[in-house]
Parts: sequence; structure tokens; C-alpha cells
Amino acid sequence: MNIAASTLEIAVIVLGVVIMLADLWIPRDKKNWLGYASIAGLALILLGSLNMSGTPSELAFGNMYVLDSFAIFFKRFFLIAAILVIAASVEFSQKFQTGKGEYYCLMLFALSGMMFAASANHFALLFVSLELITITFYILTSFLRNQMVSLEAGVKYLILGALSSAFLVYGIALVYGTTGAMHFDALKTATASMTDNKLLLVGLLMVIAGLGFKVAAFPFQIWAPDVYQGSPSSTTAFLAVGSKAAGFALLMRLLFMAVPDIALQWEKLLMVIAGITILYGNLCALPQRNLKRLLGYSSIANAGYLMMGIAAMSQSGSSAILYYLYGYMFTVIAAFMIIILVMKHTGAEEITHLAKLHERAPGLAGVMTLAMVSLAGIPPMAGFFGKFLLFKAVLEQAAVFSSYYALLGVAIIGVVISLYYYFGVIRTLYWGKQQMVPEEIHVSPLSRVTLWVCSIFMIYLGILPERLMQAAVSAAESLKF
Amino acid sequence: MSILTFILVLPLIGAGIVALLPKSAKGGIRAVALATTGLSMICAILAFLTFNGAAEGDGGYKFYQKVAWVTALDINYQVGADGINIGLILMGAIVSFAAVCVSASIQERIKEFHFLMLIMIGGILGAFMSIDIFFFYFFHELALVPTFLMIGVWGRGEDKNYATYKMTLYLTLGALVALAGLVLLYVQSGAKTFDLITLTSQLRDNPLHPGTQTAVFGFLLFGFGILVSLWPFHTWAPLGYGAAPTATAMLHAGVLKKFGIYGLIRIALPLAPQGAQAWLEVLAWLCMGNILYCGWVAMRQKNLNLLIGNSSVAHMGFVFLGIASMNLIGLSGAVLVMVAHGFLAALSFGLSGYLYDQKKTLEIDQYGGALKQMPFIGTLLVMAMMAGCGLPGFANFAGEVTVLFGAWTSLPWFVVGTAWGALIIGALYALRAVRNILHGPLADSASNLKDPANYWVKLPYALLIASLLLFGIFPSLLTNKIQHSMTQVVESIEKGLDEDKVMLADEPSNDEGDITWAGQP
Repeated sequence: MNIAASTLEIAVIVLGVVIMLADLWIPRDKKNWLGYASIAGLALILLGSLNMSGTPSELAFGNMYVLDSFAIFFKRFFLIAAILVIAASVEFSQKFQTGKGEYYCLMLFALSGMMFAASANHFALLFVSLELITITFYILTSFLRNQMVSLEAGVKYLILGALSSAFLVYGIALVYGTTGAMHFDALKTATASMTDNKLLLVGLLMVIAGLGFKVAAFPFQIWAPDVYQGSPSSTTAFLAVGSKAAGFALLMRLLFMAVPDIALQWEKLLMVIAGITILYGNLCALPQRNLKRLLGYSSIANAGYLMMGIAAMSQSGSSAILYYLYGYMFTVIAAFMIIILVMKHTGAEEITHLAKLHERAPGLAGVMTLAMVSLAGIPPMAGFFGKFLLFKAVLEQAAVFSSYYALLGVAIIGVVISLYYYFGVIRTLYWGKQQMVPEEIHVSPLSRVTLWVCSIFMIYLGILPERLMQAAVSAAESLKF
Repeated sequence: MSILTFILVLPLIGAGIVALLPKSAKGGIRAVALATTGLSMICAILAFLTFNGAAEGDGGYKFYQKVAWVTALDINYQVGADGINIGLILMGAIVSFAAVCVSASIQERIKEFHFLMLIMIGGILGAFMSIDIFFFYFFHELALVPTFLMIGVWGRGEDKNYATYKMTLYLTLGALVALAGLVLLYVQSGAKTFDLITLTSQLRDNPLHPGTQTAVFGFLLFGFGILVSLWPFHTWAPLGYGAAPTATAMLHAGVLKKFGIYGLIRIALPLAPQGAQAWLEVLAWLCMGNILYCGWVAMRQKNLNLLIGNSSVAHMGFVFLGIASMNLIGLSGAVLVMVAHGFLAALSFGLSGYLYDQKKTLEIDQYGGALKQMPFIGTLLVMAMMAGCGLPGFANFAGEVTVLFGAWTSLPWFVVGTAWGALIIGALYALRAVRNILHGPLADSASNLKDPANYWVKLPYALLIASLLLFGIFPSLLTNKIQHSMTQVVESIEKGLDEDKVMLADEPSNDEGDITWAGQP
């Protein structure tokens, strides 16, 4: 047994337990220190992850757990996301009456689930890590327990999450029943000869449906806007970035490493899912007035763009997904940080609350503009380069199979639609009509640093993509196309 | 370091300095903007003067510089100038400086305006000097967000929200369609590079399959066409320019709009010549839409900015006609028109912006007899209108007549339509505007109009009209430079088309007979 391979996860869990214990002794007005300690601990773990390369790949726990460059890439992603989200939580946690310490340690446990998911090489680990993420999120989404919207969000997430878990388990059972294998390497050899076994296909479809819930892809996207709107903003940020990325990591591993022969038959299905998800997300975002709900629909649309990379079924498609996720992470966390700072005391996060933010806080308005421009995919922001890579991956496939042109057309239409609502937010920032007395805005040093980090990386990844691009390409190589 | 890099980077450095200056340092902000764009203009003039057209290595580009950017995809920062873009770079730098000069009239949020304007200028200049198709696109898109914000915040008129959204959505749609074409070119060429020089030589030796070429050219034609306001995708342009602040309209109508045409000449024609031939007839008909339909629309305008906007859309028809001719004379004429129209559009929008600042309206019937009160501005407006309807002596005449000569051999009936559209329709709306605004009895409310007292205020207009006259009287300054580079482009096209014949003909021995037959009327 090779426990050393999972050092990072173990360190995160130990950190979570330490925070949980420390919570017992820390006085109520000093709970922010738990957040600072979590950030410091995670930063150390991130530093430790830098000297891991994942090549050659290591296996552990009876080959259920694999540590390759793909896994390392995602583990770093989750660690960075968690650091930024916890920094945002410190700002947001002023709204919590109790349980600040629990909030941080739940975040850490969710993080460990995501990191295990990045290494899942077996259906059992896939299921357990997903449940670890989902169950912690049931609590995190309803953490504002004296507010109806938050409870409603929690219940919705609970019911639909349970449903998706049921799909997942049933699917796994069918796959196991037909092939007799749970291990991804064994599945690869077993499924190669049974690509037209109906029961196996139904089972795999159910597994994909379960993962589709996590990434909020059509037709399993229905929970996203409500949960995004109702949850505490810092939870929403983690849900949008971490949970979605974990879903994509598993989807890529499952489709391209466990059942590559079947995946190749499903390019049309994946294209249709990608196209409808893009259109659904963008069209529904158009009439939204609530900023968090708008970002919820935008996250559906982004799941659609990412699905394009899956549908491309190629090395360049996968590395494009990896690149896109990093840009998306910095962008979305910056946007939620602004929401947390500007709308601290209002219950509803209406877009109109941002009106004339430019005059009250030009810096915050600038960061929000960068975030919206990046989400819209315009140079020189990170979002542009990610979309560029995805488009390129799709066009490469269009040379072989011309239906990909249709997918590209849908994506272009989606981007043009999305420009309308993203630029609507920018318009509100600079020349919107102010409708109420604006709140006073106070930005703590930690939030300031977080915003700086997010803005710098949004621009850095758009202007100097070289290093991350190389990392993404070498991570995608371990998917073995 | 290439001089082109200086031309490009100076405004961006200026933007960086402006961002760091405090809001209250209005004089400092203006000084930084003027100094950086002025220096950039001087560099551009130097580059233009030292450009001697002699082709060296690197695909015939002078002032060449290459810095690796993303090695995994072979994307490089690559700038260079040849006869086709040297004139455009010069025009862009002069118009940029003029646009900064006229922005003295901006009263609120000066810092933000100048920051956005300098970013936009950097993007514009970068787009015209890039010879890497990724950066070509990247720099163009850099100007999009500043355009949106400048029209939205500093724009004028009731429907500026509508105008700014319409413009942004159209431009993004066009840019994305063009991007699809560019990436398709990258994917299909098999060269695994975004480097235009390598792509050109690769595709010259191994042309794409005709069907693929048709797809690529289709993407590029409609993508770039939307950006250049090709009829019927032109409706964003007059509205957007009508609502835009003066500097934005000057930069966009003058320089940025030429980006699409430049892309067609630089990338689409030489790399997909057979695709171009397949789309030729469509393009010729659409350009008639520009010249005739938009000319008619311009005739009915009651607002000076909408008139100039529509006439600028109509003028784009000439350029498309030059492209449709696909021969040396027509394409050289197209480049001449691009440069000339850049100066002209910037001058017209600059003058209309001056009038607007004086009177807060551009409705033509509110004016009358203005020439009496403002001889300087009035004279320039007369000259601009005359240049717009193709009076000899201005650069526009040189370009337009060259296009007509070039297109005559292949598209005679379109030339007739164009000449009619330009001479009759153009003269009608231009002369009518001159009569209503400048001549006739003094309008009641016209008493507060006056010429700029300060020479500095006159400078940008003088600079633009001087450039128009210079290239009008000595068009050879440009044509000598264009000719050499354009010959290479035309050779690429002809080779690509010959390839077609060789591929399709069963017996190559018939070729000679075919050609003599085709040469007869």
C-alpha cells in the first residue's frame, strides 16, 4: 500500500480536523483566525504539491487511487480555488450567527473530496469522493439557516443531489453487472469488446447523468440557478468552481480512460448536450435581474462550453478544458468577491445595486468589469484564451466530421448572446440608474489581496498563457488518447 | 527592437501611466496622451519615409520582429510592414494623434476616457502590423470593450444604449465568425502555426482543397464583412458613429473599420484564392448594396453624423469592388481607398464633433450660413464633402479611380453602377449638406458659432486635410510602395487559380488554347 501518494489529501483532512478542534477553544470574536489558519495551511500544502510531478504515475489503495499529472493538475486547481474561496468566506462569514469554524472545516472536507475525485481510478472511489463533496455542500448551501432562501436552496440541492446519486449508483451497478469490473483499467479492456451491449450503455448513461448534475449540464441543470441564488455567496463560488471542475475531472477520466471505445460512439450525444447547454444557459440568463442567479445561468452556459471540449474527444479538447477551468476560477471568484463586498447588507443581490459603483468604488468596478469581460471571452482576458482553445479543438474535429461546424455555430451564437447580459452588468456599473441609497463599502486587506490575485491572474492567463498551457498539455497527455 | 513595436507600445505605455496618475491631474493626463501618441505618430512617419519597398527575407516584411509567445501552438508576437500595411499604419498613427487632440473637449471622467482611448489606439495599431493571425485578431478585439464603454458613458443622443449594444453585438459576431475562419485555416493548412509567413508559403505550395477554401473564404468574407459594414450587415455603423463621442467615431470609422478589409486582402485572398473566386459574384452584388443602397439612405439623412456614417458605409463598397476585381490595379486601388477614406472619415467626424460641441445638435436644419461665422471649419467641411464625392486632388479620387480601372475588365456593369452611385448620389448628399449647413441665410440660433481661436485646436484638422491632399496630389508615394507587395499577393492568387486549372484539366496541353480563348472578347 502506497499511502504516500495521497499525502496532499491526508494533509487537507488533518488541517480540517485541527480547525474543527481549534474551534472549540477560540473565542467567538476571533473566529476569523480559523479562516486565516486554513488559508495558511492550504498555502503550505499547495507549496508541497509543487514538487510532485505525477510522472511516472503512482497507484495506491489497491489501484483505486492514481496519482498522475492529470490528478496533480486538478489537485493544485482545487487548492488554489479553496484558498481564494476561504478568503472570500472570511469576508462573508460576518453574516453567520453561529458555526463559523464549522464552515471552514466543511469547506476543507469538501476540498479533500474534490482532490480524491481528481485521483479516482475506480467506481468506488468516484462515488465516495463525489458523496463527500455533495454531502458537505448540503450543509454549506443552507448555512444561512435563519433565511428561507438559503434553506430552500439547501433542500433543492439535497433532493436533486440525492436523485443524481441514485442515478450514479444504479448506473455503476449496471456497469458492474455487465462487465464485472469497477476498476477503470479493467473496464477499458472489458468494454472494448462490448460496445453494443445495451445494458452497459444504459448503465454508463446513468453514470454520465449523475456527473451531469454536478457540472450542471443539460438536462440536469435545473437546480443550478435556485441553489446559486439562495446559497451563501462564498458557497456559491466554491460550488461554481470546485464542484464543477471535479465533475469535469471525473467525466474526462471516465470517458477517456475507462470507456474510450464507447465514448467515441457518443460524439453526437455529447455535441447535442453541449449545444443545448450553451443555448439554455445563455438564453435564460438574458432576463435575469439577480446577479447571483445570472451567474448561475452563466455557469450552465460555461458548462456547455466545457462540454464542447469533451465532445471534441481529443488531446487539444482536454487541454483546452483544463486551461479554461483556471481562467473561469479566477474570474468567477472575483465576481463573487465583488458581490460579497458590495451587497453585504441587502438580502437580494439585484444587478441594480451595482449602479454607479464606478463612482463609489472605482477599483471594485474595474475588477467587476475585468471579470465580465473575461466571462464574455474578450481579449486580453483569460476567458478569451480558454474559449479560443475550445473553438480550436472543435474546428480540428470539424475537418473529420462536419457536424462539429454546427456545434461551433451554436457556440458563436451563445457567445454573442452572452455579451448582451455580461455587458449589461458593465453598463450598470458605469452608467446605470441608481435606485436606492448605496451601502457603505469597506474592503478588508485580505479581500483586497484576493481581488488583486484574481485580477492579476485573469490578465496574466490572457496575456502570457505559455506556462499554464504547457502544464495543461502535459496533464492532458496522461489521458492517453 | 523594431520601430513598429515602438509605434504599438507607446500608446499602451501611455495608458499605463494614465492609469497611475491621480484623477485630478487633468493636464498631466492630456500631456501623457498627446506625447505618447505624438511620438508614435513620429515613429510611424519615420517608418514610412525609411520604407524603401525592397524586400528582404522574412517574407518581404521590413521592420520585422518576432518573439515567441505560446510555443505549444506556435503563436508568436510578430510585427512587420510591407507596402500594403505601411500606409495603413501611418494613417492609423496620424488619426490616433488627431483623435487625442480633439478629445480636449471631453469634460467629465477625463482619466477613464484617455485610458480607454489609448488602449483602443494600441489595439488598432497592433492589428495592422501583426503578421501572426492570432495576434491580428487579438489586437482587434482589444479595442472592443473600450468602444463599448466610450459610447455608453460619453456618447450622445437618446438611443446611445441601443447603438452601443448593436455595435458591440455585431462586431463580436463578425469577429467570432472571422476567428472561426482563421482557426480553420490554421487547422486545415497542416502547418501547425499561426505565423502568416509560413502559412502563406505552405499554402502556396500545397493549396487547400477547393471546398475547404470556399468554407474558409466564406467565414472570412462574412466575418470581416460584418466588421467593415458590408451590406446588409451595415446597420450598426451609422447608428454607432452617430452616438459615439468624436474621438471614438474618428478612430473606429477611420481606422478600425479597415481591419476587416485588410484581413481580406492580407489573408483571405492569397490563402484561399479559389474560395474567393467562388464567392466573387456574391461579393460584387453586396458591394453594390453598399454603394447604391447606403448612398440612397445617406441622401435622406437629416442628421449630419448619420449622413457621414452612411456615406462612410457607402465608401466601403469601393474597397469591396477593388477586392472583387482580384487583380493588381483593383487591389492596389482598394488599399489606396482604405488609406484615403481613413483620413477622410476621421476628418469628417472630427468636424462634425466640433460643430456638435458648439451647438449641441447635428440636425442639419438647425444650421445655415455657418461658413460666414466659421470660415476655417466651414472650408474644411466643404473640402471633406468634396473629397467624399471624389473630387480630383484628394486621395480618395486617386483610390476610387484606380479601383474603377481595375474592376473594368472583369466587372464592367458593376463599375457603371459604382461610378453612378459615387458621382451622382455622393455629389447629391454632399452638396446638399454643404448648402444647408454652410450656405444660405444665417440660422437664428447660429450666432454662437465660432472658429477655434487656438492653433492647437486647428492642428488635428490641418494634419488630416494635409494628408488627404498630399496623397491626392502624389499618390505615387503610396502606390510605389503598394505595388511591389501587392504583386506578390496577386501572384499567389494567380498561382492558386492556375492550380485549379491544372487539377481540373484532363490534358494540360489544352491550357494554352484555353487562355487565348479566354483573352478574346
